[in-house]
Amino acid sequence: MHIPDGYLSPSTCATLYVGAAAGWYSALRRLKRALFTRVIPLISVFAAFSFVVMMFNLPLPGGTTGHALGVTIAAIVLGPSGAILALSIAIAIQALFFGDGGISTLGANCFNMAIVGALVAYGSYRLIAARATLTSKRRVVAAVVAGYLAVNASALLASIEFGIQPMLFRDAAGTPLYAPYPLSIAIPAMMIGHLTFAGMAEAVISAGLVAYLQVADPGLLRGTSGLQGDATGVTLRPASASLQRLWVAIAVLMLLTPLGILAAGTAWGEWSPAELASAAHAVRTSDASSVVPAGLEKLSNLWTAPFPAYAPSFVRSRGFGYLLSAMFGVGLLLIISLLARLVLERRRHTEGMS
Amino acid sequence: MSRGFVEATTIGFARALTRAMLSEETARKRGLLQSLDVRVRLVGLLSLVLAVTLSRKISVVGALFAVAILLAVLSRVNLFMLAKRVWLIVLGFTGVIAIPALFTTPGRIIVSNGTIAITEQGLRTASLLVLRVETAVTFTTLLILCTPWTHVLKALRALRLPKEAITMLAMTYRYVFLLVDTAGQMLESRRSRTVGVLTGPEQRQMTARTAGVLLSKSVALSNDVYLAMESRGFRGDVQILSNFRMTMWDYLGLLLFLLAAALAVWMGR
Repeated sequence: MHIPDGYLSPSTCATLYVGAAAGWYSALRRLKRALFTRVIPLISVFAAFSFVVMMFNLPLPGGTTGHALGVTIAAIVLGPSGAILALSIAIAIQALFFGDGGISTLGANCFNMAIVGALVAYGSYRLIAARATLTSKRRVVAAVVAGYLAVNASALLASIEFGIQPMLFRDAAGTPLYAPYPLSIAIPAMMIGHLTFAGMAEAVISAGLVAYLQVADPGLLRGTSGLQGDATGVTLRPASASLQRLWVAIAVLMLLTPLGILAAGTAWGEWSPAELASAAHAVRTSDASSVVPAGLEKLSNLWTAPFPAYAPSFVRSRGFGYLLSAMFGVGLLLIISLLARLVLERRRHTEGMS
Repeated sequence: MSRGFVEATTIGFARALTRAMLSEETARKRGLLQSLDVRVRLVGLLSLVLAVTLSRKISVVGALFAVAILLAVLSRVNLFMLAKRVWLIVLGFTGVIAIPALFTTPGRIIVSNGTIAITEQGLRTASLLVLRVETAVTFTTLLILCTPWTHVLKALRALRLPKEAITMLAMTYRYVFLLVDTAGQMLESRRSRTVGVLTGPEQRQMTARTAGVLLSKSVALSNDVYLAMESRGFRGDVQILSNFRMTMWDYLGLLLFLLAAALAVWMGR
């Protein structure tokens, strides 16, 4: 899953560096509020541990072997911020000193595996393990699911990054300039291996480690257990759950949305029937696809977007239209998530009363 | 017992150690890249990697690959080793990924047998991908081979990377070797004490327990390191010595690197 240099366009790499930098900054700030002098050796040694775990050749059911990522056990023992930094450092060491994974794609690799991987692993582990006792079997099951989901979420992100390359970056003759496969090929090609072997490897090692720690060193599981007391002082819990940095990152990404205007032509595969039928398009693709399919012609008017082409009709400036669309989209998602939270809180309150 | 997975893991450990030692050995040689200030090497080679990813023409990426080979020769890097450890491995990995693109990329058909066809666009995208990855990986490998890791870290500091991040990178690099060695010894000793054939679940249990012991050791180690740092007066403020001095030769090298990268970006746009 380590993306080498050359597979992603510089603009994709830059965007993912920005996303990863927001994650690193936020994680570092949160950890600085904890005992920072303790953080440096702990994260460093844990990063080295993750590096070594990635090299373990793990026997899998079916007679094959696979490599784990180590992000799940890092998230379970250190919490999300510690896991983000430890995995990022392990990935950076692999790229800078061992030539495994690209340097231009370091941001993408850290974003996919360290940031998203750690957050998915931590979220799913906490959700399933809930407040189970440290030696409960539920924690082992939670580690299995967390490991499997974390690796597959990272792989899905990587496959989407691959898949959007031919849509956005082609030369005048239609030659893809970076990863050549569209989403319809990139996602299944990437996910088959991860849904089977790689996901299983992470699930097996995470479950094995949690089961081992339950017997040998349960204190290491306490920090993220949601139970009272911290036997080891290992877990690097943030002092407060401030979302300020996340808001800044979202605002920056919203402000960057007009960058989409810079891309020449329409995104590959998102043509309107008129564009599909145009002579220019017929040159770019094979002749057979230049005829507009009857189904597409018929269905194209079924749904009209409120903001067609990311700009409402009453807005003159295209850049401002992009920005307005981004604000509308983010606002809509926030309203949905707030409503979902209200419903969940109400349900929890009702359960508590009963 | 099935020794395959234990051997494969220990071989992987040994390979990582050998690669790191080889890098230290090449970095000590007298060559072009080794003679330049480490910051120039870092900025120069990274700007060439950037130029490789920005160039849209096969000819320009090919020319950058030729520059990479020239730099390798002038820096006394063993080309046979580079071919065996970098070019062939990248060709095997990226080549397999690129081959289906020959047939799946829509465009002007150049070869066809009636059922499948190779398109001009497919051939160009597959070649560009393989050549781009080969060239970028060669530049990165040259940086790794010709620069001791301590110098890379100091140069990263010169590029304004936070001191905390540099310290963690340095400590991680040191402890990677210690933990690789510890894990290797644990697997070896377990293997020497095992008679008969282990079943699949037993093998997985053994691997997980080895990793578990390694995790406990890592946390204990980090506690020891923390106490050692505290006892020496560490209060979270990191100091890094940076005694680099740029000479005319370094400035000339930097200028040439940046000119080559800018020219490649301009010609390959």
